[in-house]
Amino acid sequence: MFRPGKMTAQVLRSLFKKPATSMYPFVKHPMPKDFRGKLRFYQEKCIGCKMCMRDCPSGAITIKPVPGAQKKFMAEIDLAKCLYCAQCVDSCPRKALEATADYELAQLEHGKLKVVYGDQTGGDTKEKT
Amino acid sequence: MEALFNIFVFPGLLFVAVFGLAAEYIDRKLYALMQNRIGPPWFQPVADFIKLASKQELVPEHADSFVFKMMPVIAITSIITAFLYIPMWGSNALFAFKGDLVVVLYLLTVPTLTYFLGGWYSRSVYSMIGAARSLTQLFAYEIPLFISILAPAMLADTWSLSGISEYFSVHPWHILFNIPGFVIAIIALLGKLEKVPFDIPEAETEIVAGAFTEYSGRLLALFRMAIDMELVIGASLLAAVFLPFGLHYGPWVGFGLYILKVLFIIGLISLSRTIVARLRIDQMIGFCWKVIAPVAFLQFIADLIIKGIAK
Amino acid sequence: MPEREFKIPIGPQHPALKEPESFLLTLRGEKITEMTVRLGYNHRGIEKACEARTYIQDMYLVERVCGICSHSHSTCFIQAVEEIAGLQVPKRGLYIRTLIAELERIHSHLLWLGVAGHEIGFDTLLMYTWRDREIVMDILALVTGNRVNYGMNTIGGVRRDVTTDQIPKILEAIDKLEERTKYYIQVGTEEITLRERLSGVGKLSKEDAIRLGAVGPTARASGVNRDVRRDDPYGAYGELTFDVIIDNHSDVYGRTLVRLGELMQSYKLVRQIIRQLPEGPISVKAPRRIPAGQAVSRYEAPRGEDVHFVKSNGSDKPERVKVRAPTLANVQVVAHMLKDGYLADTPIVIAAIDPCFSCTDRAISRTDIESGRTDRMDWPELRTYGINWYRKQGIDFSELNKKMRVLRESN
Repeated sequence: MFRPGKMTAQVLRSLFKKPATSMYPFVKHPMPKDFRGKLRFYQEKCIGCKMCMRDCPSGAITIKPVPGAQKKFMAEIDLAKCLYCAQCVDSCPRKALEATADYELAQLEHGKLKVVYGDQTGGDTKEKT
Repeated sequence: MEALFNIFVFPGLLFVAVFGLAAEYIDRKLYALMQNRIGPPWFQPVADFIKLASKQELVPEHADSFVFKMMPVIAITSIITAFLYIPMWGSNALFAFKGDLVVVLYLLTVPTLTYFLGGWYSRSVYSMIGAARSLTQLFAYEIPLFISILAPAMLADTWSLSGISEYFSVHPWHILFNIPGFVIAIIALLGKLEKVPFDIPEAETEIVAGAFTEYSGRLLALFRMAIDMELVIGASLLAAVFLPFGLHYGPWVGFGLYILKVLFIIGLISLSRTIVARLRIDQMIGFCWKVIAPVAFLQFIADLIIKGIAK
Repeated sequence: MPEREFKIPIGPQHPALKEPESFLLTLRGEKITEMTVRLGYNHRGIEKACEARTYIQDMYLVERVCGICSHSHSTCFIQAVEEIAGLQVPKRGLYIRTLIAELERIHSHLLWLGVAGHEIGFDTLLMYTWRDREIVMDILALVTGNRVNYGMNTIGGVRRDVTTDQIPKILEAIDKLEERTKYYIQVGTEEITLRERLSGVGKLSKEDAIRLGAVGPTARASGVNRDVRRDDPYGAYGELTFDVIIDNHSDVYGRTLVRLGELMQSYKLVRQIIRQLPEGPISVKAPRRIPAGQAVSRYEAPRGEDVHFVKSNGSDKPERVKVRAPTLANVQVVAHMLKDGYLADTPIVIAAIDPCFSCTDRAISRTDIESGRTDRMDWPELRTYGINWYRKQGIDFSELNKKMRVLRESN
């Protein structure tokens, strides 16, 4: 039977239920473990083959030798160009790259979107923003 | 002196403006909660008004500048004037006189005409279509609205709103005879206020904003205020005609009851906004003339018969 | 109001359209007497960009042709490449690809229900269906790692596996969604204002649908019995059983029923896939250089039949990639459907073909304003036209190009 207002029952019930809105940014919504967010680079595993550079669709990652050190490489990732496709993670033969679940990457200045990993000579893989 | 207080503060400009903004907040909050989401905070309508009032006004080049600018002002003025004749508590409105029902109904038609004129003289394609639809819709809902309001008036044997309140405070059980009329009046009020399912003149996905497309800045703020005030006044009119009980408890209790009645009607309007889709203009006219107008006429005839029996 | 004719533009910028396209209507009162469609506002040069990138990079580029049907384009492209290279994808890979395809179909149809509700002024339906869409997007984020643009495919299979702890979550989400979809089917069939707005609108007879080349739910609602999943099985569809939903209403209401029916079939398919998921590897190793050849591949996207043509020449970059999105076939039907229609029906009729103009715009046509002639240019003509236009403005690129070449060679 056709009647108007078929949704009345549901609608009135929703009046007393908790709203489905999540109060972001006061309540964070964690992403699952394998979410493809910001990349992380392990300097000790990189061999400088540049396969990640060859396979990147947008040219977001650049591998450069660390000046003054032997067989050490640093990675410069442009977060604005990165597609977060994680093809570089798959292409790397030594598993030196990893995708974290960090997705809150907004910045107010364009320069802050270039992330450099491990440019200190002989240091650990601390990122410099 | 007292007249100035009445016109500008209570129950005039200030009271209706504040009540209108509060009613808009309640309407939007109920709408949102029924859709399972959090609505706007309490100060949203005030913030909207202030933001719009502080923006630049752009009058289109081909538009008739005088008419374009006068229409919002005329809309607000006529609505506030109508409110002076509607009784809130007690049996006497502020400036009641014999025949003020007709004056109120006439004054409440003026805002629709201002939407039409404002849209038509904007000379933009979308505004002209919205304005034409506004008038077309007027022909559909006015008759049922008038007839359903005239039915209790005829039962009370008076043309004055205060007279209606007096009659029903003497015969409280006669209110129940007007329940079908109440339902019809609510549906017709949806048409007057241009809310879903009858928000055809302002269909956002079809004609951008209808008659209000070219309005911006202070003029748009005044138009939106006019729409909010129309909501409150329309609900007050219906409360005065169809729910005239508890009027003799004195000013404070009466005022509280009045606010509750208006909120109840606003709640019904929000509910019907949520559960149906928008109709097309030809479907709307067909529905109004084939379904609502006959029921309004039947209500009128029923009241005629009851009056004959009661005498 | 005088019944003279006047023109009203729906788009390129309009609240009814989610993406820009130009529909110029000629109205008399509220009736539409004529309609002109102009495409090309969302052209991004993707097909040309594909020729400058390797196959692996192209995978991600083709995926971003559209946000809602991204897996469709990606899979269709990769199927064509795998056919040229002669690769045999293992069964588990095919099943996982099909799982993601069905989840994407669910997501797209729920999105469409919300958009249709919004176009007819029924915002409650929009809010409810999009709240339920979050359930399927969370599942997609769990399985593929992103909520849109899944990036699940790789040449030769899929990149990620479905683990055993994800499976109960998927099944639980499907149960919840099935219950809610049954409620929406009830609302769709019983709510009178919805039926009033959607019935009798956008009529398309079966002969016209076949003649004008409509695809997908638009055609299936007119009784045309075509579905690529059954007629030309790809992926794992050869081993799955499902019904193709045909409806005879031939209007927007029929299209709504077809999409609701397809949602129920998708739930059935997802459960079948999870039950029949075979063990084994998920991909084979693909060469970097694809041998010369060409292939056409077809795919049933949520909007209809998606066709990709890939031509390779033995290097690691394709020679030509051509994408024919389903909306391109359906948009020609819109002008036919809206003839003698009402202005108020325009948004819902355009929304009923489920337009995705990002997929559609692969070419621009140039109209001369004075003479009104329209012509097409091919790539060398376009290049010379561009160079001459800039030269008239006083900018000459030939010196700049020489300097760039020198700079590049010195580095």
